[in-house]
Amino acid sequence: MTTPMLALVLLMLIVAAFEAGRRRAFHVAGNEFRSLHSRPRYYGSYTALWCIIPALLLLVLWLSLKEWVITSLVIAELPAALRSQSPGQLDLLVNDIRNQVATGGAAADALPAVAIAVDRYRDLQWLSYTAMWVAVLSAGIVGAGLAWRRIAPQFWARNRVEGIYKGLLLVCSTIAIFTTVGIVLSVLFESIRFFNAVPVLDFLTGLEWSPQTAIRSDQVGSSGSFGAVPLFAGTLLVSFVAMMVAAPVGLMSAIYLSEYASSRVRATAKPMLEILAGIPTVVYGYFAALTVAPMLRDTGAVLGLSVSSESALAAGLVMGIMIIPFVSSLSDDVINAVPQAMRDGSYALGATQSETVRRVILPAALPGIVGGLLLAISRAIGETMIVVMAAGLSANLTANPLESVTTVTVQIVTLLVGDQEFDSPKTLAAFALGLVLFLVTLLLNVIALHVVRRYREQYE
Amino acid sequence: MLDQADTIAMDVPPEADSGPTRAAGEEKKIKTTGRVTVNKPIITARDVNVRYGDKHAIKDVDIDIAYNEVLAMIGPSGCGKSTFLRCLNRMNDTVDIARVTGRIELEGHDIYDRKTDVVTLRARVGMVFQKPNPFPKSIYENVAYGPRIHGLARNQVELDEIVQTSLRKAGLWEEVNDRLEQPGTGLSGGQQQRLCIARTIAVSPDVILMDEPCSALDPIATAKIEELMDELKENYSIVIVTHSMQQAARVSQRTAYFHLGDLIEVGETERIFTNPRHKLTEDYLTGRFG
Repeated sequence: MTTPMLALVLLMLIVAAFEAGRRRAFHVAGNEFRSLHSRPRYYGSYTALWCIIPALLLLVLWLSLKEWVITSLVIAELPAALRSQSPGQLDLLVNDIRNQVATGGAAADALPAVAIAVDRYRDLQWLSYTAMWVAVLSAGIVGAGLAWRRIAPQFWARNRVEGIYKGLLLVCSTIAIFTTVGIVLSVLFESIRFFNAVPVLDFLTGLEWSPQTAIRSDQVGSSGSFGAVPLFAGTLLVSFVAMMVAAPVGLMSAIYLSEYASSRVRATAKPMLEILAGIPTVVYGYFAALTVAPMLRDTGAVLGLSVSSESALAAGLVMGIMIIPFVSSLSDDVINAVPQAMRDGSYALGATQSETVRRVILPAALPGIVGGLLLAISRAIGETMIVVMAAGLSANLTANPLESVTTVTVQIVTLLVGDQEFDSPKTLAAFALGLVLFLVTLLLNVIALHVVRRYREQYE
Repeated sequence: MLDQADTIAMDVPPEADSGPTRAAGEEKKIKTTGRVTVNKPIITARDVNVRYGDKHAIKDVDIDIAYNEVLAMIGPSGCGKSTFLRCLNRMNDTVDIARVTGRIELEGHDIYDRKTDVVTLRARVGMVFQKPNPFPKSIYENVAYGPRIHGLARNQVELDEIVQTSLRKAGLWEEVNDRLEQPGTGLSGGQQQRLCIARTIAVSPDVILMDEPCSALDPIATAKIEELMDELKENYSIVIVTHSMQQAARVSQRTAYFHLGDLIEVGETERIFTNPRHKLTEDYLTGRFG
């Protein structure tokens, strides 16, 4: 008598309800088959939906509340002495009871009161299962029965079913929205806890980043310093290098593909370019760390420059390559959206292809291209894997791309990797960094989408 | 320059003519009724064929275009008149699958010759399109575009002058002289089309091709453009494709009737409209199809 089993039974019930509804539609119509408002399968669907929706709602409600109800009932029956413990100890006791239930009965050395509670818990659990089966199945049957009774030739089943489908779709779309809101709120609340320990201004303007805090009060030294400016600077530096690679290469390949390339070249080159977008960022990461970074260091040594083995340049270059397909496919869309009439007008005046691109197509596509570049920047800022592997960990405040820098995302990773306590400023700092990252990329995306949308309307 | 063109013009009646470059033994399917030649042609087209992949869009078309005339090309949709128009400044080059054969000469020079620079050709044979297509730039920049890319003005003063003259010739100056810096796309449809004409005039072409220039415009804007064409023919040759027979009758001196890729009949506009000789022309003009 498990929950999957219940689901199976429910499934059979739905099929039965559908069939019953359909048959009833035929039955009430009699010989006047055409007098039915909707096609018979809509009556079937209507009955089936009325069967499954109440049953599922009840099932979900039951499963989510069951634990809480049983626990409070068990606690209520505990002797007063046990009940009046501190909440922490009570939690421990409840956990102990649950463990004993799970392992098959009261332990031999358990207190008599606890042993009673364990038995009580098991009884309640069994009762709950049985009651759930009965309740869920009767909800389904009652729902289907009510729907079944409403079936009549003049009943608008089709419209009802469409309405229910619409509702289901709405629920699904709100799930995504609520999840986003939930994530934002959780990041926000953790950040507020962090800002209770470290002032916002210190965090946003401080020049020193060294997040090591004392774990025990008797430790000395590492007091922690949470000035995030070096991280912001490092992120900007790496993103800047990435955009220096991705913007010109991506844009020019888009121009080539949309304006110059023959359809045969385009048919092969475009998918090839999109393969770049399919490479996992981890692969780019070790490409940066194991191939590009040593190459840069060796080249630097030949030229007499000291290049750190984990440099902003290496991470930025590889990140730029990663973003090329992103920039080129967005620019390609925008360039293709420039009407052919613009090109014709320019060619008809005797302009060459490059004059047309430079003087007509690019100016017309510029807002859209800018929007695409902003989206690319927000991707670069949020990119993690490459910088974790290739950019380094030391929070240097420098504008020299040959030195090692660290980024916001790298620090979030290092702060949270491994066993951590989640109430020290050290780990909470990760949430504050995440919040800043979120706000910046959100802002960039909003601006970019706004720009792109306004541009699209121009030719419609 | 003009003398040279004279020698190429043929004064032979087209009925007796099979064209200078036609391969022997190849029979022309439909013979054009009326005289395709003129005394002083600026453009002569002979045996022009256009194929889009397998589709034979233009079949053995011979026609001359004279100096300072408006030639109207009419015919039902898909008859190839726009395709033929686009051959005259090689706009078909931008279509991958289009293949043009035959000989088209502009003042005696084969425009499909390897040595012909398509940029120079298009500067001499301008084009106005069906839908007004001003660039998303200011009114001034729209007109200055051509002169700038061809280096027609040595300084700002000269450029200003070209822009002003072109806008005047296009009959738009009075309406826009106080807002030259505003975007050309903000003008009304008729004004946009006249802006496109001004843009074309600014590179001082010899021939202006117009592909249904009024089909997106209201009657008042149409009347203005037709009036403008009458003035422009003093300085330019104009070839206009139109779906409006009244328009062809109003603006043109000669009319050519196309049908399914064939040039059916050519002649003085008045003669064509009052006394069409070919059955198909008559059917089209009297509204039996098309």
